[in-house]
This record gives sequence, C-alpha cells and structure tokens, in this order.
Amino acid sequence: MTTDAALRRTPLYEEHRALGARMVPFAGYEMPIQYAGIVAEHRAVREAAGLFDLSHMGEFHFDAPSALAAVDRLVSSDIAGLAVGQARYGLLCNERGTIVDDVIVYRTGADHVLMVVNAANVDKDEAHVRRHLKKDVGFVDRSADTALIAIQGPRAADILVRIAGGSVAALPPFGVKSARAAGAEATIARTGYTGEDGFEVFVDNADAVQVWQALLVAGRGDALVPVGLGARDTLRLEARFSLYGNDIDETTGPIEAGLGWTCKLDKDFIGRDAVAKQKADGPKRRIAGLVVDGGVARHGYDVTSEGKVIGQVTSGTYGPTVAQNIALAYVPTDLSKVGTTLAVRIREKDVPATVVKTPFYRRAQ
Amino acid sequence: MSRVPDDLRYSKEHEWVRLNGDTATIGITHFASEQLGDVVFVELPEKSASVRQFASLGVVESVKAASDIYSPISGEVVERNVKVIEKPELVNTSPYEQGWMVKVKLADKGELSKLMSAQDYRAHIGETAGAGGD
Repeated sequence: MTTDAALRRTPLYEEHRALGARMVPFAGYEMPIQYAGIVAEHRAVREAAGLFDLSHMGEFHFDAPSALAAVDRLVSSDIAGLAVGQARYGLLCNERGTIVDDVIVYRTGADHVLMVVNAANVDKDEAHVRRHLKKDVGFVDRSADTALIAIQGPRAADILVRIAGGSVAALPPFGVKSARAAGAEATIARTGYTGEDGFEVFVDNADAVQVWQALLVAGRGDALVPVGLGARDTLRLEARFSLYGNDIDETTGPIEAGLGWTCKLDKDFIGRDAVAKQKADGPKRRIAGLVVDGGVARHGYDVTSEGKVIGQVTSGTYGPTVAQNIALAYVPTDLSKVGTTLAVRIREKDVPATVVKTPFYRRAQ
Repeated sequence: MSRVPDDLRYSKEHEWVRLNGDTATIGITHFASEQLGDVVFVELPEKSASVRQFASLGVVESVKAASDIYSPISGEVVERNVKVIEKPELVNTSPYEQGWMVKVKLADKGELSKLMSAQDYRAHIGETAGAGGD
C-alpha cells in the first residue's frame, strides 16, 4: 500500500521513526507494525516489558449524574455496578444482538465515565451512542486529542512507578486512577490486551512525547522495548482476546463469539432480547481455538472436516510463546468441542488442526 | 544494509543460487528475509520433484504473511534442507548458509544468464554501495 495523504499520525509518529519502526496504514493512521521484529517484541512483553502507542484508539467521555446508568444501557456488561476507580470489558450491540464494537468502560469519577473504543469504529460508535443516549448526558469524543500509551509485561509496574509514583502499583487489575506521569496529568488503568500484567496511560496529545520518552528511559535497565501492532496481534491472539473486524463484527453475536460472559442478561441493554434468544436457542456455530499442524492459518482461510468446508478462520498466526500455529475459527457447534480433529485449507491442502482449550497462553499467577 | 555475497547469482524475486558443478543450491536473500520478518514456516518440494525456472518452488511464512519462493532455475530437487523446515528462523539468521532451501540438479545451465550478478542485484534492491558476505 502506498502512503496515503489522508492517513493520520499520532503525536508519537516522530518517535517511531527515530526508533526505526516500519510504519503501515492501520485504521486510518500511520502506525508502527514492528521495530526490532515481531518475535523479539512479543518475547520482551512476556518476559520483561513492552511499550505501545495506542493513540489511534477512541476515547468517549460521558458526564452527568446519570452517566453510569446511561452507559449501562449501551454496554452488555455490568457497568451500573462499577465503583469509582473500576473498569470493565463489554460490548456495544445493536437491536439484532450483533456486535457493534468491543469496549472497555472506566468509571473515572462519580459522574464521569470513559469508554475506549476501537480506532476503526470511532465514527460508527459515536453515531450509535448518540442515537441511543439521552440528551441530558454530556458526551464528548476526545479521540483526536488523547494519546494512549500502554506498558505491558511482568516488569511494567516496576517501570511505571518510576515516572508515576508508587500508588499505581497498588491498582488492582481493571483499576483506574488519576495520577501524574512524568509531570503530565494522566489517567492510568491496569488494563491491556496482551495477557500480561500492565497499564494503559491516557494523556493529552501535547504530553505524549514526554511520557513515552520518560518510560523508555525508566525502563532501560529492565529490557523495556517499543512494541508494534504485529506483536500486539500475536500477544492478544495467544491470550485469546477478540479482534474487532476479524473475530467479531456486526455479523456475529456474543454467544457464538464466546463472549456470552460479557452479557448481563438480567439487565436492560441494547440488543439484550436478541442476545437472550441466541443463548436460549443455542448458537449454530461457535468460535473455536485451533492448533494447526503444518502451516500458518490466516484470516479468511476455510476450515474443513472430511474435505468439506465447514467454517472460516477469523484470526491466525504463529504464536511465539506457545510455539504453535494458532487460530480462531467459527465452526458448527457440534464440531467445536475440544479435541475435535478438523483441517485448515492452506494453499489448497487440508492441513490437520485440532480444537483446543483457550486461551492458548495463560500467564503464571 | 543487506548482505549480497559476490559469488552468487540472484533472481528479481530475491532468490539466490550457488553453483557447484551441475548442482545449484537455492535460498532467499538477506534482503528478502529482512522484508519478511521472522520466518516461522517453510514449505519445500519433495526430493526428485522437478522445478521450473521462475515457477513456484515453495512457501515461506513469516508471522505476518505467506510468500511464494520462486525457483531461480529449472531442474530436479536432489536434496531439501530438513534443518530449515525444523528451524525456519535459520532463514533470518543465516540466509546464505544454514538457511538454504533446496539443491537442484540443473536442467539447463543456459538459464543462469537470466539471473543477476551481485552488483546488479544490489542495484535491483536499491543498495549500490558495499559488498556482502554471510
């Protein structure tokens, strides 16, 4: 793909260039896909720590005494039950009970909620939210003004405290708080997309470079490396986190996607009745984890059983930590049981694949 | 700067050939391995398969994508590198030595004239200065 004049850059663009990143177009932004190499970056996050620029992600802010209740109606999971300083993963669904986006909702104040959405979905989500939100709830899309820097890996906490103070180390998983990071006002959450312990740091665009540089300096003795979107994908797939646009979209429902656990069916949310019906009927297909023996499965490849196409791969890669070719695929429910032998059609050959338990990788506690 | 050893012949598709009598060892160049990134899977033809110049020889898969390898010459496969199938990262760490793909008994030595010298290959990949070596 050639460089598109319309591509946007994050405030860290020059940092990536200086660090030797290979840049690619992603969700309308020019983003780093790799620096030293995907496998090395992947291992750094599993064994030490990695630094990610996620400034392309979208940040929606809701302000009102009723903000929490309003977002609870938009999102599938239990948002009303969040205490100040807590976050939760959930889905935006439409009335048909398919997935508009997957989001993390942070209750950052008594009357304030932050929703982080996928970069490619910002405009669509904003329209969806505005269509369903009551007028008395203040809504601001601050995606264009907000930088998001993630630090992930077993040494992330040790590194982050050097620039943000010891209190961040006391954050529980999915905890969120305001703090100063390298002199900048920041919102810091113990969330991530890698399967490791780690943090996400939200700052104004103007402060992004100083926070990014301060973290790289603070992590120098701890083998902290910058990590691109390539390793972000291998890390999340090993941890079996869904990727919107690959594994889930507006043609998939939460139950078949293995995301039923994010749907609190004893509350009202948009799409609730349709999702309840999906659950009651039982899905015809289910997303399954596959280990492929003899080739790398990729998005869109056919899955076969006894030579017949029965499904499609939605995500696939070589998993550097599990040292196997891993994939997610939608397959008929009766062929989705752990231990089932299927095949993935790779270059017109049916390569054996086994349904396995997910996540493919789980960190030692 | 990619390494481009002087004693090899090169294809536009970034394969190299090392001639030894009428047998050619074939691999992909350092430049190609850098473009691919971490190689995680290599698929090669069986022994005694015949391959045709500039037709598909096999596949290398990196974390990111699958790419065809094209045979730089025609002939019969006399050996394939079992080590590179077991340890695909050899394509990255040693593209011109341990990371070779197959050895082929040449069908037509004249085909070598359709390949590039090291100097021409350097120009092809936009790197005109500096010599190579593995």
